Amino acid sequence: MNILVFVKTNPDLQMIRIKDRQPVMEAIPYKVGDLEKNAVEAAIQLRDAAGGGTITAVCLAEANRRAKETLKEVLAMGADEAVLVTEPALEVADQAAVALVLAKAAEKTGYDLLLFGEGSTDNYTGQVGPRVAEILGVPQIGYARKITGTEGGVQVERSMDEHIEVLEAPFPVAVTVVSEINEPRIPSLMNIMKAGKKPLAEYSLADLGLDATSVVAQKAILSNLAEEQDRKHIMFDGDPAAQAEAFVNALLKEGVLGR
Amino acid sequence: MAQILVYSEKPAAARELVFKAKELGAALGLGVVAAALGEGAAGTAAGLGEYGADRVYVSEDSAFAGLPVDVVAEALAQVARAAGAEYLLVSSTRRGKELAPRVAQKLGAACVTDVNSLTLEDGVLVAGRYALGGATVALEKLDTQTKVFAIMPKTFEIGAPTAGAGEVFAPALSLQPSAVKLVDRRPKEGESVNLDAAERIVGVGRGFGKREDVALGEQLAAALEAELACTKGLADFQWLPEERIIGLSGAKTKPDLYVAVGISGQIQHTVGVSSSKLIAAINTDKDAPIFQLADYGIVGDLYQVVPALVEKLKGL
Ligand SMILES: Cc1cc2nc3c(=O)[nH]c(=O)nc-3n(C[C@H](O)[C@H](O)[C@H](O)COP(=O)(O)OP(=O)(O)OC[C@H]3O[C@@H](n4cnc5c(N)ncnc54)[C@H](O)[C@@H]3O)c2cc1C
Ligand SMILES: Nc1ncnc2c1ncn2[C@@H]1O[C@H](COP(=O)(O)O)[C@@H](O)[C@H]1O
Repeated sequence: MNILVFVKTNPDLQMIRIKDRQPVMEAIPYKVGDLEKNAVEAAIQLRDAAGGGTITAVCLAEANRRAKETLKEVLAMGADEAVLVTEPALEVADQAAVALVLAKAAEKTGYDLLLFGEGSTDNYTGQVGPRVAEILGVPQIGYARKITGTEGGVQVERSMDEHIEVLEAPFPVAVTVVSEINEPRIPSLMNIMKAGKKPLAEYSLADLGLDATSVVAQKAILSNLAEEQDRKHIMFDGDPAAQAEAFVNALLKEGVLGR
Repeated sequence: MAQILVYSEKPAAARELVFKAKELGAALGLGVVAAALGEGAAGTAAGLGEYGADRVYVSEDSAFAGLPVDVVAEALAQVARAAGAEYLLVSSTRRGKELAPRVAQKLGAACVTDVNSLTLEDGVLVAGRYALGGATVALEKLDTQTKVFAIMPKTFEIGAPTAGAGEVFAPALSLQPSAVKLVDRRPKEGESVNLDAAERIVGVGRGFGKREDVALGEQLAAALEAELACTKGLADFQWLPEERIIGLSGAKTKPDLYVAVGISGQIQHTVGVSSSKLIAAINTDKDAPIFQLADYGIVGDLYQVVPALVEKLKGL
């Protein structure tokens, strides 16, 4: 069983400051996306339950995103190999371009199961998984909250808006996961040391038969501004009883208690 | 004539989108068509006509059983080509959100999902959605010939039906059954909560150490006559149902008062409460991001502060 897990290096959103309604993106640390960690954990559990198979983590990044560290973290969790595609032109790419590159990387690597997060931490478009599946011509199952291996395929329990669905598919198939699927493991120090020795292949766009013109964005972001917030920031000190009293008094004064 | 094509597996969402499409079509000089696919499609079609579709493409092909996304995407792409669709409006339900990019890929189209505003600016459709986990609102325009928008349900007001019946049309579709088979489908257990309309909300998060302790949050909610809500973090433990999640992937609320208890205040959560009139937070960590968004803050242990608050409120 050949499992590809697609992991992106995401900006640490907690570290983004807003200045004049603009997000300040300089010096923001990058890390493995939350849902992608769930996807990696799901891959590890599937491989271990099957008693064999290879997990390859695939990451696509413009040059500066700490992509190697991201992949090392995923290798430390338990992925077997990693593939990294870096390309400065990707700075402006959109989901269609990203999907094209990832699909080419998948073709080069080979796959039975393609695992994605339901959305990336920053963009959360949910587009990349379905687009890769379409380019490769494989069926897809979104929002998996449980994946079980079957003879030559998977059974997936997925969480839709109002229903739980159980689906079965033979390989090859693409699956996106939701956060409730598992609690991603935190790699041990020993596994972090070992991760450095696992294979990490680096491809350029040319290695995948593409060039910078293949990753031109199909859409434009006209503006990206924070909504305005004006808060009082009043803190109540003292023991819990004093804090409670001051808080309730403030609410009474605001007139938000009762009707 | 180019068209706006509307599809949603949810009839109410489809009617809302058709109604909006009619308005956009009038401004852009485009006709409106809709697709109704799968079991019960014929029944849905009439409603879509009344709300503004000039023509409804209807198919109850057996390949739609279970609405496999690869088959629905292929059908929609075939309808889009047959109709000469320039814009596709689908609903950003879970099904719609996985469908939209797949159809877009087939049509060489750009796509935007989770759209929560759609405006015409100088003849260009501009879509708004949350970005950076909800920290910002991005306004996007699509540069491809065909454009796909997945729109959050209940984004637009829907008016009374004004149009005629609309023409019902059975397209000749060429479809392969999906390799994905639906084995079981059951309703989620959930309960109905209307957080959107709640005037006061108490939100609980992973600061609660055990499932039983959530009762403390319930007591506070009762004392404040508030609805109980939670973070995704807490719902992932299945301590409370998904319907109670507030945030990017849950409810967007605008209460008079929001009290966040044991919630760190990560952006994906706070985007769902940032329109509250007043925000209060109780957290042991004085540096928790929630305090940056709070009007009133209490640095303290919820296990001590909440009982004290409940007592105080009961004494009023
Ligand atoms: C794509 C995506 C979408 C998401 N959508 C949502 C969404 O819609 N809604 C949502 O909520 N989250 C969402 N999340 C998850 C979000 O990023 C956070 O993980 C989540 O909101 C954190 O939940 P929490 O605050 O309960 O837990 P934590 O972040 O673990 O915070 C717990 C807090 O409790 C405090 N605490 C601990 N003990 C006590 C005590 N005794 N008394 C008082 N305080 C205490 C701690 O100091 C801490 O601040 C999403 C994430 C992603 C990647
Ligand atoms: N640059 C990338 N490299 C690897 N995987 C990615 C990349 N971008 C997106 N993905 C995958 O696609 C999923 C959905 O991303 P998005 O469409 O941005 O919401 C993510 O959870 C990842 O699994």
